[in-house]
Formats: sequence, C-alpha cells, structure tokens
Amino acid sequence: MMHVAILQFLGSNCDHDTEYAFKKIGVQTTLVWYKEEKLPENIDLVVIPGGFSYGDYLRCGAIARFAPIMSDVISYANAGGKVLGICNGFQILLEAKLLPGAMRRNKNLHFISKFHHLKVENSDNSFLNKLSKEDIVHIPIAHAEGNYYIDEAGLKDLQANHQILLTYCDKDGKPSNPNGSVANIAGICNKEGNVYGLMPHPERAIETLIGSSDGMTMLKGFLK
Amino acid sequence: MKIVIDVFLKSGILDPQGKATEHALAVLGFEGVEEVRIGKQIVLNLATKDAQEAISQADAMAKKLLVNEVIEDYTIEPIQ
Repeated sequence: MMHVAILQFLGSNCDHDTEYAFKKIGVQTTLVWYKEEKLPENIDLVVIPGGFSYGDYLRCGAIARFAPIMSDVISYANAGGKVLGICNGFQILLEAKLLPGAMRRNKNLHFISKFHHLKVENSDNSFLNKLSKEDIVHIPIAHAEGNYYIDEAGLKDLQANHQILLTYCDKDGKPSNPNGSVANIAGICNKEGNVYGLMPHPERAIETLIGSSDGMTMLKGFLK
Repeated sequence: MKIVIDVFLKSGILDPQGKATEHALAVLGFEGVEEVRIGKQIVLNLATKDAQEAISQADAMAKKLLVNEVIEDYTIEPIQ
C-alpha cells in the first residue's frame, strides 16, 4: 500500500484534511511532527500541508524551512523522493530552494478564499497524470501570499523544462489571475520532476457534495 | 552592538502595500509622490562590540534567513 508522510508544523491547519483525502483514496498516512529529525521508513510521498507555520512570521515558510524535519525532507527530495507542497507547503518549498521563485503578497492585498478554475499545463508527471493537458479543474484557493514571482530567465527555464503544471484561468480556460502571479502560475515542479508545489487546495475538493471532487482526481495521480 | 537591517522588495518588483499607500496619499491631496515602497526593519542586538564583526555576523544572518534574495534587497547599518 502506498504510504504518505504528512508534516505537521505549529500552525499547520490542512494536515488533517490532507490525511482524510489520502485515506479516502486508500493510502496509508503518517503524520510527522516538525521536531522529528527523520521521516518514516518506506514512504512514497511527503506532503507539506497548508496553514500558517510559525504564524507566517518574517516571510511565509521562511522559519519552517529550517525546522528539524526539513533537513531530512531536503535529503529525501534531493535523492529523488516525491514531495508535494500545498499552499504554505509550497511557500516552504520555495524558501527551502527545492523549487525556484518566491511568493509576494497578493496584488490586491486581500486574503483570497474562493473556488478558482485552473488549467492543467503539464500532466506528464506523477502528480497530475490522471488528468490531461488543457483540462480545467475547479478547486479552492485560500491565501494572502500567492503572488508567485520568478525573474524572466527563471520563467524561461520553467517553460523550457515544462515545469509549469497549473495556471489560473476562468471556466472556459482563458487566463484569469486572482493574485498577480507571474504567467498566471498556480503550481510548478522542479526540473527533475519529483518536487511539486501549488497554492490551490486539492484536499479541499474531494466531495462533489461540497463543490468539487477535482482535487481527488489530482491526488489520485500519486497512486501507483 | 546594535545593527539595523532594512529589507525592501527589489526595485522592479511590484510592492502592493507601497502602491496602495501611494494611491491613498494622492487621494488625500499630497501631490508629487512618485513612488512609495514599504519594507521592514530588523534590529539586532549583538554581543560583539566590534562594528566590522557585527556587520559580518548580520550579513550571514541576512543571507541565511532574514532576507529572501530572490525578491528582496537589504542594507545593514550599525548604530553607535
């Protein structure tokens, strides 16, 4: 059975939602406290969930990035292990330099919490492989610092290596940018294709009854 | 030895707080404000009495944690 480690920082608030979502697709989960120094043995994926680790002090994710568990997460990622960062988890991966770029305050300065459409830009990876390029998913966003920044050279690299996974769009797939992100970017991966980060919350879109189950389809990509 | 680190978004990177404040100043009738940039100030009280040593410690701290050089610039000033 697939085994997922879900990190818990002081201030994580999507840890149990993420655990629930992965359990629902039949995956074994282990919650890992940030003060631990080693990830569990025999895991297939590390998820850094959303929330407000360390109260978002200094910069979102800047302090969490140095939490004791993170050195093992960085070694795991550098050895080719799969890591998914959602929202604050994405911010932590950026601060840890496991993904390129940085987050700024949303352009309109608001905390934006709503459903948004996203276009799949690349499904040829172990995250979004249950979807196809150009597919549109509808899942929640909830952040104040999701305004992704990367310089022009960096953006060209992302494009050349097909590292842009998801962009913000409207229901017809036309670009629609809620927060000011460069190139409407909502989610990316690293060059090697084993570290994924996105601001939207797939774990909050797993029941059609409460809006959408598109998030479930996304997370199922990790199933072997 | 006290050290002040000023951190600002790099020029050319949109500063939404600065923009909003710039707009508010214009609305209030303050003319000729060409740009507002808002940053943060970090004050360190370091054990060392040596200014050069304090600056070099603060610089290491800035690079490691206090500043994200992808989007931010910083200056370091010792306070006598």
